[in-house]
Amino acid sequence: MRIIDESVLEDLALGAAVLGTGGGGDPYIGKLMARQAIREYGPVELYTLEELNDDDLVVPTAMMGAPTVMVEKMPNGDDIVNAFQSVGKYIGKPVKATMSIEAGGLNSVVPIYCAARLRVPMVDCDGMGRAFPELQMVTHTIHGISSTPFAMSDERGNTVLMETISNLWTETFARSVTVNMGAMAMIALYAATAAELREAAIPGTITLAEEIGKVVRRARLEEDEPVETIREAVGGYLIFKGKIGDVERRTEAGFAKGDAHIEGIDEYAGQILQLSFQNEHLAARINGEFKVTVPDLLAVLDVDTGEPITTEGLRYGFRVAIIAIPCAEKWRSPKGLEIVGPAYFGYDTDYVPVEERYG
Amino acid sequence: MRIGVDVGGTNTDAVLMDGASVVSSTKTPTTANVSEGIAKALRTVIEDSGINRATIDGVMIGTTHFTNAVVERKHLTPTACIRLGLPATVCLPPMVDWPDDLRDMVGGNSHLAHGGHEFDGREISDFQPDEVREIATKIRDAGLNAVAISSVFSPVNATFEEQSAEIVRSLIPDANITLSSEIGRIGLLERENAAIMNSCLRQLAARTVDGFKAALDELQISAPFYISQNDGTLMNADFAKEYPVLTFASGPTNSMRGAAFLSGLRDAIVVDVGGTTTDIGVLQHGFPRVAALAVDIGGVRTNFRMPDTYSIGLGGGSLISPPGAASPHRNGGTEGGIKVGPRSVGYELTEKALVFGGDILTATDVIVAGGSQDIGDASAVAALDADLISAVQERIMEMIAIAVDRMKTSATPVPVIVVGGGSILVTGEIEGASEIIKPDHFPVANAIGAAIAQVGGECDRIFSLAELSRDEALDQAKGEASDRAVNAGADAGSIEIVDVEEVPLAYLPGNATRIMVKAIGDLVEA
Repeated sequence: MRIIDESVLEDLALGAAVLGTGGGGDPYIGKLMARQAIREYGPVELYTLEELNDDDLVVPTAMMGAPTVMVEKMPNGDDIVNAFQSVGKYIGKPVKATMSIEAGGLNSVVPIYCAARLRVPMVDCDGMGRAFPELQMVTHTIHGISSTPFAMSDERGNTVLMETISNLWTETFARSVTVNMGAMAMIALYAATAAELREAAIPGTITLAEEIGKVVRRARLEEDEPVETIREAVGGYLIFKGKIGDVERRTEAGFAKGDAHIEGIDEYAGQILQLSFQNEHLAARINGEFKVTVPDLLAVLDVDTGEPITTEGLRYGFRVAIIAIPCAEKWRSPKGLEIVGPAYFGYDTDYVPVEERYG
Repeated sequence: MRIGVDVGGTNTDAVLMDGASVVSSTKTPTTANVSEGIAKALRTVIEDSGINRATIDGVMIGTTHFTNAVVERKHLTPTACIRLGLPATVCLPPMVDWPDDLRDMVGGNSHLAHGGHEFDGREISDFQPDEVREIATKIRDAGLNAVAISSVFSPVNATFEEQSAEIVRSLIPDANITLSSEIGRIGLLERENAAIMNSCLRQLAARTVDGFKAALDELQISAPFYISQNDGTLMNADFAKEYPVLTFASGPTNSMRGAAFLSGLRDAIVVDVGGTTTDIGVLQHGFPRVAALAVDIGGVRTNFRMPDTYSIGLGGGSLISPPGAASPHRNGGTEGGIKVGPRSVGYELTEKALVFGGDILTATDVIVAGGSQDIGDASAVAALDADLISAVQERIMEMIAIAVDRMKTSATPVPVIVVGGGSILVTGEIEGASEIIKPDHFPVANAIGAAIAQVGGECDRIFSLAELSRDEALDQAKGEASDRAVNAGADAGSIEIVDVEEVPLAYLPGNATRIMVKAIGDLVEA
């Protein structure tokens, strides 16, 4: 067990932005919420999965909806608590802890708010090891853990509870309720025991995010090749350096999709990388050939500062380094690839692990 | 004729312009009482030219005074904040992300009330006049009259902010009220921060603008005067008293706009070389390219449109370090090479540089030794090694070339305009530049930028393309931006749309899209 206090939030949010692979929402608001809660209610205990008893019940908490709405209509705070407590009440057993379902982006820090307010611990793991756009895209789904009982709460005090036949159905219903709640809702889902999570969750991802953040911050202060330092910290591969050319954006089925064409510089001069995104960076083609795809991570970093660049932030003229990071091993199973592989997102290519191409 | 004035932290520059030509210009030190420096600069340009004061049509002033007040924590009025949005937003009350010292100074008197809207215009909760009346009474009883009012999604619907302002005014008749919807964009905390800072700067703004007026009266200049804002457009004196925060980034904007004017180019890279730093920015359609990220002012996050500039530690006062020492900065040089900057003698250049009788080798000394400039006492640098001179010149050009390349939008060579007092440092070609232009009057480009400014208006909100066609939405946005420009003093016939940006919003139904439009026009002549 270790303590999450105010001093680690900055690093955690920064590292979460790297793991957000361009999406997952700006952790800024989440970080402020966590900071307020820690100041008011005290720091949060972060447990490893090993430290919990087999039958300890863990209920993840998260924000669902449009990050652009979250920066305007910030949560009440009680909404998160309501969602979390509703799931516990429905199950009828005491809930031991909360956790992050998505370590990339703002949902890395949202559970800290819940944990601080209710004085419950948080567990050092998540269900993605990155950010993904839909709620069935978690390793829990691979292992047959149900997203329901699922609770979603708004700031008015409404809570919608659902039981569904599949996690994909939960996504479908939850998406439309989110709209009614103002394009943003606080959710609690995927209740599981510690024993189940030891199988199903990706361990250590909160600590990983914090460590990445620490490295980025130090490298930036020392101006010591931040990109290379980050690459080393995440165990990734530098696949490209270039200058963003044309960025093409479109909205399809409520998602911000698009492609950025990046012209190579330095040793990559003469090559073109096509970066495809749907809320997150999903696939990279170099000279027309798929090189890296989901579920592996694509971090697009400012070439000088190492600052992670979001899909909304992709802009003509930015000089970027692109780092590919191996995804959690669980995603590479046939079941994992069915949920988040290139085919699910409509890319006509087989998944090849990044280590096989660049290792 | 117009007079442009730039009140910087170090110098106050003034320039008298007749149409497109510069009649006279001056640079004087900025004084503690900014009005004195302005009066002196104005007197100099008028007397140098010998013109009749009655022929002056307008005086345009750019100033960093209000930015400095926030950064230095000076002259700020305690301000209350009312936010309409309950039951949402409770977990992050107003001023939550402010540095403690600034929040203490401004008073931390903040209140949450019901109201606010959803992204699609639905109400979050009913507006409750009695609740606001009660809050206003508390504010009055606390002896405050500066108030900022914010409401969730007020860029979509501002009625609750307006109704609250009426209530506050009924209880505090002389209240100084800023509505967040008047100055900000989507992003509640940032917009609210800007509204609070605006209210707490208004007293200072009134004093300062009145001081400008007094300086003009003293010189018997009866022409109207204007203050330049972040985006290179102008506001009249009364508007500037109302919205001082809108001047926050006018300094770099004016120098880039001045560079555009002096060179006649609308699309180019501007390199502004000062004494310590060089700022590189991009001109698009004659205006600075805007930064995408949130900008901190004195530790407070805001979402103003600020010019996207990149600064490197290179200027006329930059120190020259011999090869071998460790690099102090990533742009300062490579291991074993010659280093220029980032340390600088700054404003002490005229005492410390060799050519001015000092004992420190600066970039200016090397340029004088190279023979391209005749500044100070050239004999003081006559003994400099020719290899050193060429190595420094090469290094300077390399530093500028890398920074220019960073800001470029494509591989196509673009024109580079060099302005600022340190422009003498640019002695060769810049890689990736189609041409290098050092216009006349380059040292006072910022005052010229103020003199030639236009007026503008913006629209930034979310449209649902389920109800409107995209063209209708764009037309509506352009109409709103144009109306705002006209309200700010633009001649309706000269309005031009200079920027249209569309951001499709993820996860939102009905094809929600955020449209940002900016319109500008010439100032209506008095």
